[in-house]
Amino acid sequence: MKEGEGRRVLHIDLTRKRIKIEERRDLFRAFLGGTGVAINLLAEECPKGADPLGEENPIIFAVGPLSALYPSASKTVAMFKSPLTGNLGESHCGGRSAMAIRLAGYGAIVIKGSSEIPMYLTIHGDEVRFRDASSLRGIDAETVGRILREVEKKGAGARTIIRIGRAGERLVRYACAVTETYRHFGRLGLGAVMGAKRLKAVVVSAEKSVEIPKAKRSEYKRVYDEIQETVVRTDAMEKYHDLGTAGKLYGLAKKGGIAYKNLESASPPEEIARELSGENFADRFLARRISCSHCPVGCVHLAALRELYEPGHYFKTTTIPYDNEPIWAVGFMLGMRSAADCLRLIDLVDTEGMDVMSTGVTLAWATEAYAKGLLTKEQTEGLEFRWGDARLYSEAINKIVEGANEFYRNLARGVEHASSVYGGKDYALAFGGNEMPAYHTGLACYINNLTGARHSHLDSAGYDLDQKLAGAGKEKELGLEEVVRALLKEEEWRQVLSSLVVCFFARKVYTAEVTARALDAIGVEGWTAEKLEDLGRVIHRAKMEFKFREGFSLAGLRIPKRIFEVLTLQGFLKEADLRRAIEIYGRMLVGGEGREAP
Amino acid sequence: MAKKLATLDVNKCIGCMECMFACSRRVGRGGFDNSAIRVRSAGGIERGFVVVVCRSCENPPCAKVCPTGALRERKEKGGGGGGGGGVVLNEDKCIGCGFCVQACIMGAIFWSSEKNKPIVCRYCGECADYCVHNAIGLVEV
Repeated sequence: MKEGEGRRVLHIDLTRKRIKIEERRDLFRAFLGGTGVAINLLAEECPKGADPLGEENPIIFAVGPLSALYPSASKTVAMFKSPLTGNLGESHCGGRSAMAIRLAGYGAIVIKGSSEIPMYLTIHGDEVRFRDASSLRGIDAETVGRILREVEKKGAGARTIIRIGRAGERLVRYACAVTETYRHFGRLGLGAVMGAKRLKAVVVSAEKSVEIPKAKRSEYKRVYDEIQETVVRTDAMEKYHDLGTAGKLYGLAKKGGIAYKNLESASPPEEIARELSGENFADRFLARRISCSHCPVGCVHLAALRELYEPGHYFKTTTIPYDNEPIWAVGFMLGMRSAADCLRLIDLVDTEGMDVMSTGVTLAWATEAYAKGLLTKEQTEGLEFRWGDARLYSEAINKIVEGANEFYRNLARGVEHASSVYGGKDYALAFGGNEMPAYHTGLACYINNLTGARHSHLDSAGYDLDQKLAGAGKEKELGLEEVVRALLKEEEWRQVLSSLVVCFFARKVYTAEVTARALDAIGVEGWTAEKLEDLGRVIHRAKMEFKFREGFSLAGLRIPKRIFEVLTLQGFLKEADLRRAIEIYGRMLVGGEGREAP
Repeated sequence: MAKKLATLDVNKCIGCMECMFACSRRVGRGGFDNSAIRVRSAGGIERGFVVVVCRSCENPPCAKVCPTGALRERKEKGGGGGGGGGVVLNEDKCIGCGFCVQACIMGAIFWSSEKNKPIVCRYCGECADYCVHNAIGLVEV
């Protein structure tokens, strides 16, 4: 592979069926790759005020300088204007995506326009094909992967297949894109943007390699081995490989920090916490643990669910990936009393191709709103929403995907929208338009949900800070200003990680100092810990600028009352504190006293 | 004693491909187009993985069909190894006919389109050093 090919951008125009390959040394030199490059491409390519479901909204996939070269540098960043929130759409995914895009010879892929017929793309190095996907329309996200694996012979075994299910085709605003059957660009609606472009799938195969400069090879091996050793030795390995991300669910439930039944409480009953624990899933259902390409951790947990589906010994065995967030969203949040039911719902949501967190939160709101009499049986088409009823929720999910009536079409637009139509805003648990994650740990997790550029718990890991503070009994000692500063600093640093692009699970391994050395050892020279930290701030501000450009406002953030009514690990939260935190955040963002962010 | 690479327990393989990357790293490449080992899914990831690597056959079919003697059985004197089955490639003698690839029913001889020559495992064990889950390893022949 020629030097510089990791800095190439592949532009694909679905309307005109044209491609263009561009060298963007400027961007990759200044912003590394991943999030840093993607936000710049988004600002360039997405016109102000673009319709997220219009052909002018670009989809950007970006990998980074460490992709395919270092352990756990396994993620691809997708950027687009979100059809759910109307501003920044950013979602990360592993599987084989990062390795495939990098070794296809690209640092980023930009997809614009829209096709008049359903289409899928194949990218084998410089050879890009536009293929008719009419026969694939309406096919679920799992099956379409299998069909394309069989149809497309090139690059077998070393490629990624990014695709959507029915939810994406039907423009469910929180539809996701699925890769390698079990990984997802989950949040903020990439699936709907692909669906609007009539883009069913993108197949990218890895057939090149990256030449390490001769003078750097021994240093590369040294740094590589050091990183590998740390990845394997740190607690990441044990924590994420053993029980997987689900391993922390029971503890969180016992502490009283997990939203249960639409945050009716944060302390689920003991029998539910046990049933939906990572331990129980592992004991009863775990069938295999797999990993993303070039990551030794193997955090992906696959369950095997064997069930009788017809009398006469007609059994089927379904493989279903499970993680902390899906178990929470369609398990705890929907009051599920059985792990098997929870797996059935995860499976359905995955095959339809929806973000499981948004789906769970939306259905949880509908359940409460129905109980409170805000919704009629006519609106729900006869479904009497009630906690723990997996069959009912399956029917509701089908109706959302199919857009069965106006009510379900409103649910397909997320809980922020649905509650603006039917009421029940006090318990519509979205922040910045994105449905909440599992945590009800304290102030920091909600500052994170509100101020994070993606309104994702992974923006600044407020849930982690809450638990650390509560664990040390320090929650009262740290002032609001310090909490906000810590979260902002964390979010800034994560921009660097997602520009490299390394998995956040390996964040403790890739310190600023190690990262600078890792870059140098592959010939990306001139980075110091300080410069990297500065870059994190620059990228974060660029993302916020895009949000503000598209109408996001800190002052306009809605805070659902429910979160103040339920005990957290830090006692009851006060709205005044959260509002003040948002103000402090706004001031820190513009970097000067007395100036206000929009 | 001569060593060979072996799949110790394929059920422990998580499909991380670190072995493939390690093999390419030996020649200063990031990626795996120079790799002599492949991991692929056994027909869908849920069924697990298959590790494709030279199993160091006795009386190896690939060497038998080599028209120039570029691929020679390791045990032969002057073959560059200490015996134990498997093959050694002398690239200078190789004419790139590809018969060896056809002869290996395991699919364990890969091809360098850059050099137009086969890529053959050297049993160095570099890949196994990076197999954290002990799916593959070097064993004595």
